[in-house]
Amino acid sequence: MRNDKVRWRALLVLLASLALVIGVAACGDDDDGSDDGGGGGGSTEQIQSNPDNGKVAITVGSKNFTEQLVLGEIYAQALEAAGYKVEKKLDLGSELIAKKALETGEISGYPEYVSTALTSFFGVEPGQVPSNPQQGAAQARAEFEKEGLTSFAPTPFASANAVGTLKETADKLGLTKVSDLKGKSQQLTLYGSPECRQRVDCLVGLEGPYGLTFKEFKPVDIGLRYSVLDKGQADLSILFTTDAQLAAEADKYVILEDDKQVFPAGNVVFVTDRATVKKAGPDYQKTIELVQSGLTEAVMQELDARVDIDKETSEKVAGDYLSEEGYIGG
Amino acid sequence: MTDVALLLAQVEIRDRSGPPSCQQANDFFCPGWVAENYDRYVDPVLQHLVLVGTSVAAGFAIAFALALLAHRIHWLAAPLLAVTGVLYTVPSIAFFFLLLPITGLGRTTAIIALTAFTLQILFRNIVTGLANVPPEVRDAGRGMGLTERQLLWRAELPLALPEIFAGLRIATVSTVALATLAVFVSGGGLGVPIYEQLTFKTNVIFAGGLCIAIAMAFDLALVTAQRAVTPWLRVTT
Amino acid sequence: MISDPNIPAAALDLFGDAVDFIFNEQQSQGEQVQVGGLEQVGELAWEQLKVTLYALALSLLIALPAGVALGHMRRGEGLAISIGNAGRAVPELALIALLAAFLDVGMFSLALALCVLGVPPILTNSFVGVRGVDRNAVDAARGMGMTETEIIRKIELPLAVPTIMGGVRTATINIVATATIAPLVGVLTLGDFIISRNVYGDAGVLAGAILVAVMALALELALAGLQRAMTSPGLRLTRT
Repeated sequence: MRNDKVRWRALLVLLASLALVIGVAACGDDDDGSDDGGGGGGSTEQIQSNPDNGKVAITVGSKNFTEQLVLGEIYAQALEAAGYKVEKKLDLGSELIAKKALETGEISGYPEYVSTALTSFFGVEPGQVPSNPQQGAAQARAEFEKEGLTSFAPTPFASANAVGTLKETADKLGLTKVSDLKGKSQQLTLYGSPECRQRVDCLVGLEGPYGLTFKEFKPVDIGLRYSVLDKGQADLSILFTTDAQLAAEADKYVILEDDKQVFPAGNVVFVTDRATVKKAGPDYQKTIELVQSGLTEAVMQELDARVDIDKETSEKVAGDYLSEEGYIGG
Repeated sequence: MTDVALLLAQVEIRDRSGPPSCQQANDFFCPGWVAENYDRYVDPVLQHLVLVGTSVAAGFAIAFALALLAHRIHWLAAPLLAVTGVLYTVPSIAFFFLLLPITGLGRTTAIIALTAFTLQILFRNIVTGLANVPPEVRDAGRGMGLTERQLLWRAELPLALPEIFAGLRIATVSTVALATLAVFVSGGGLGVPIYEQLTFKTNVIFAGGLCIAIAMAFDLALVTAQRAVTPWLRVTT
Repeated sequence: MISDPNIPAAALDLFGDAVDFIFNEQQSQGEQVQVGGLEQVGELAWEQLKVTLYALALSLLIALPAGVALGHMRRGEGLAISIGNAGRAVPELALIALLAAFLDVGMFSLALALCVLGVPPILTNSFVGVRGVDRNAVDAARGMGMTETEIIRKIELPLAVPTIMGGVRTATINIVATATIAPLVGVLTLGDFIISRNVYGDAGVLAGAILVAVMALALELALAGLQRAMTSPGLRLTRT
């Protein structure tokens, strides 16, 4: 009687709110078509599969650390959505190996940092690397074209090498910028990637322009750059400014300021050979530049975090990025 | 990073300020994570099986041919043993990179190197197996009028089977462990998930464990096959 | 690439470059530092040798007494054999990665990790070798009043030397092979030339592969020689 009525009304309200919630959830997913994803002015249109592209085989390569693996996956999956026959050869190695693979035709293209390209391939002094992304990308492109290669437009985000350490170490030794290491570095061990030994924006730059000598430089695989700090084995480690760990554990790690401009930041450009560009048609460049337009620094760092911290695979993270941004239909 | 950018980003920036999950904290082993993510190991396992299966099969074919040759032409045994011995002693990672300029990146390079590694064990065991056949058997066979070839296939090889299988087991188990290095020449296999997240303890433990499990499975399969093929023996191992 | 007709010539060139790399210092791939040359080769070779011998010694310390004891008592066959089988199945890459994840990486911890690969073959082979000694000889010795230790020392061990040494050689091969990928975690051995291809170039990689192969073969020969020295003359019982 009265109790039954109350119960019926409660049930009705419950069902109605349930329906509302379900409706909002279902509608909330259909986000494509809205502009300006990622706060970087990138457009989010869906990639259309072009059957003509099916005759073209493209091999996407990448270098051997998380950010590169994610980028490689993003480009590979995007090109696949555009209808190309895509093969992946990710995790090739460092920049010289990747470039070699490109030159020998082992891969069709890979993502490279403008700063790395200019300093490692084309002998530009780190201090001379343009800070304007468009300028840097144009300079890199001009240099690549001298070698039968070419590169596309730059990503919104840029990344740089950095000397990093635990906050406690920095506080204890009073380190805020790299120059502060002068006089102290002889007692400290530095860990970096194997190729750091020969790069002007790495150990060579620290020993040259900064004039530092270290107690020991130990080359380790890039994937270990944080664990060596955590375990107390390394006093200093070479990190990347877009690393997820820096944002997620902001009070644990500290990057020393690069006051002598030895570690230039570089946006990523997709480097490829001109033959593939001609063969693949306009969709090649269009697709690449489309999907990377959503990669702001925040987004790239988030994607890196999903792999390094949440332990998802780069393949899944890339796929999620493409569908969350609406490049690939959900 | 401004709040506006946060709002506009369609990629959800996750909140990681709370207590870390098992995998985020990189605890010793996260069974929950494995239960949710085991499917990312399926492809690597399949690739691994292909690498091992192909290498051992090819290695066996070559070793068998060489062993028959050495069985016929006795003085060949020592030099062949030496050559296959060199291929066995040279660390496979070195072999992978020696092949790189010739065969490039990919599964083929890995398979060639892995095959070379198995040759010595298989060759040595087949030769030893054949050599251990009692001379009485050979005499009896010849007495019965068997040709050399019939003698080989009907008497000597069956008696050599235990030794041959022993070699196959060792070769297969060793190859399963070695095939993880194929990642360095883009050859796929379980080395890929290991190398991709080298510091993630659960990943390394699980992938390594899968490797060992595959090896044990192959071993068991071979023991069973051996029992099936040599019913006249009680195999105790 | 396989169909490239210039491969023999190119391979020979590369081989020449590799040998040059071993003996002469040269520009690294990034052209900023000097690499190669006998000094660096010697340094890295010495590191690899050190860690190999270290790991071998530790493995022998752990496995030899255990295997010999079990073989003498003719017990624990399942354990000895299955540890041998399991040890063969351990993937080196996972081992190195776990080392880096759980311990501080250094010479000692690396040697400890390498023991995982060195112990099984030595354990299995010393067990099988000692157990396989002719029962009659052992019984006769017991009848003559020898103590158990004397039996082991004077009869079983000398007769088991070939099998045990076979295990030591296998252990050495496994250890050398894994020490080659140690540069991934910061212990620089000859493998660095191979792992860090971008620094040393293709000539360096080939040089590294050659050097590692030479070292492995040299150790193998040394152990073979040692085995012969320990087994000869004949199978005469050794005197104290």
